[in-house]
Amino acid sequence: MSHHIIEFRDVCFRYPDGTEALKGISFRITHGESVGVVGANGSGKSTLIRHMNGCLLPTSGTVNIGDFPLTVKTRRELRRKVGIVFQDPDDQLFMPTVFDDVAFGPLNLGMDEACVREKVRGALDVVHCLDLQDKPPHRLSLGQKSAVAIASVMAMDPDILAMDEPAANLDPRSRRSLIAFLKTFKHSKMIASHDLDLILDVCERCIVIGDGRVVADGPSAELLSNRTMLEENSLELPLSLQGR
Amino acid sequence: MTFSDHYFDIDRLDRLSRKETFVHRLDPRVKTIATMLFLITVISFPKYEVAALVPFFLFPVLMLTLGDIPAGFIAGKILLVSPFAILIGLFNPFLDTRIVAVVAGLPVSAGILSFLSILLKFVLTISAALLLIATTSFPGVCHALRQLGFPAIFVSQLLLLYRYLFVLLEEAMRIVRARDMRSSGARGAGVRVFVRLVGVLFLRAVDRAERIYHAMLSRGFQGDLPTLRPSRVTAVDLAFLAATIAFLAGFRFSQVAEGIGRSAQELLR
Repeated sequence: MSHHIIEFRDVCFRYPDGTEALKGISFRITHGESVGVVGANGSGKSTLIRHMNGCLLPTSGTVNIGDFPLTVKTRRELRRKVGIVFQDPDDQLFMPTVFDDVAFGPLNLGMDEACVREKVRGALDVVHCLDLQDKPPHRLSLGQKSAVAIASVMAMDPDILAMDEPAANLDPRSRRSLIAFLKTFKHSKMIASHDLDLILDVCERCIVIGDGRVVADGPSAELLSNRTMLEENSLELPLSLQGR
Repeated sequence: MTFSDHYFDIDRLDRLSRKETFVHRLDPRVKTIATMLFLITVISFPKYEVAALVPFFLFPVLMLTLGDIPAGFIAGKILLVSPFAILIGLFNPFLDTRIVAVVAGLPVSAGILSFLSILLKFVLTISAALLLIATTSFPGVCHALRQLGFPAIFVSQLLLLYRYLFVLLEEAMRIVRARDMRSSGARGAGVRVFVRLVGVLFLRAVDRAERIYHAMLSRGFQGDLPTLRPSRVTAVDLAFLAATIAFLAGFRFSQVAEGIGRSAQELLR
């Protein structure tokens, strides 16, 4: 299916304060691929993720989702296809209860009540948070918030999933169950993270970004074992490959 | 313990609103309308009115007992905000010294009457509003307002305020803590630093607002915060509303309190 394709063509982005965050990024992700995006702090990972559904639009170059270029006109429609999980779950959970929050997306898609309830149930079940549904977000732990944030995006049935540092706030067990969940998501996905072991576990392909440019793009197993290249980009070998 | 737990106890309000009583089961819209009518009626009394206000305590007392809300909790909240009302009326007894009545040998000035009236109105209105939230929950009231036709932008503001008040307060506490750890005693605690901290907090809030807005857009936000809350106005709801209106109109337009007082006096004679 063509609509699961993401293509960045020579994407540049400059923030209003003049910072050049992306300096000509190009790559193409095909259906079902799962891609890790790694790079130093400030290399442009988060900016890249925000280009996936038009939160930010390129200063020059194009982003194509499926067969459509992402523009001011198409972005509302294309947002249904791309689910983004942002870094801070407090930004993502803006409704008064967990249920309301997860129901927000489906309700905006115009689903009827029974359908919305089913979607919410399903999405919360995937992240094991069904019993939290009546709780207000300020009563949740950080790990629970992250899980609910993922559910709130999954409830919209996205074709493409993009995540910014999904494991940053998680304890080891929650991180494990996140990895297990990510492996079950069969559509295209893109994960920006410093957690190289997670990338190695979940993504078969990896893109290394440095100073707003693609430094390397290839199979994760290969790139993430290249010590020199990783260290040049303020990264290091994944713990599982360090052989201590 | 976070800032929110100590100061607003909003979580307690939230838990109270989950009880299952007659008042809790009433439709949020009906409760909201009834409370609004109550507020308007109480405020509509002239400034020297005291006796006619007393019967209106029946409404909050009934909501309190039927809704199984602890009276001490509500009283505590009223005390917390009472300085505002007291300050407004404090100088009335000194400015308006006309003697209007003599009770038990003591002269009562018009200023004292209006001060009392302000206090009564304050306690009545605040307790009614708190009880509405304690039996409906804050989001419940917001969604009721939306269903009653209040503009989406107004209701969204309220809902987001409720959600992010604590996030913002905790952010402020973090900034203050960071300052305290690096300022020895009075140094660094002055007004000038404080002003800068407020600036930092503002910038962070702007950043967060933008991120939240992106998250909302990503999930199809179109100007409204929709919800799925079962709400159906039943015969019981209508009966409650009718009873409230009858009660309010009865005590507002006829001198019931005065009548009871007079007949009591006659009986005593």
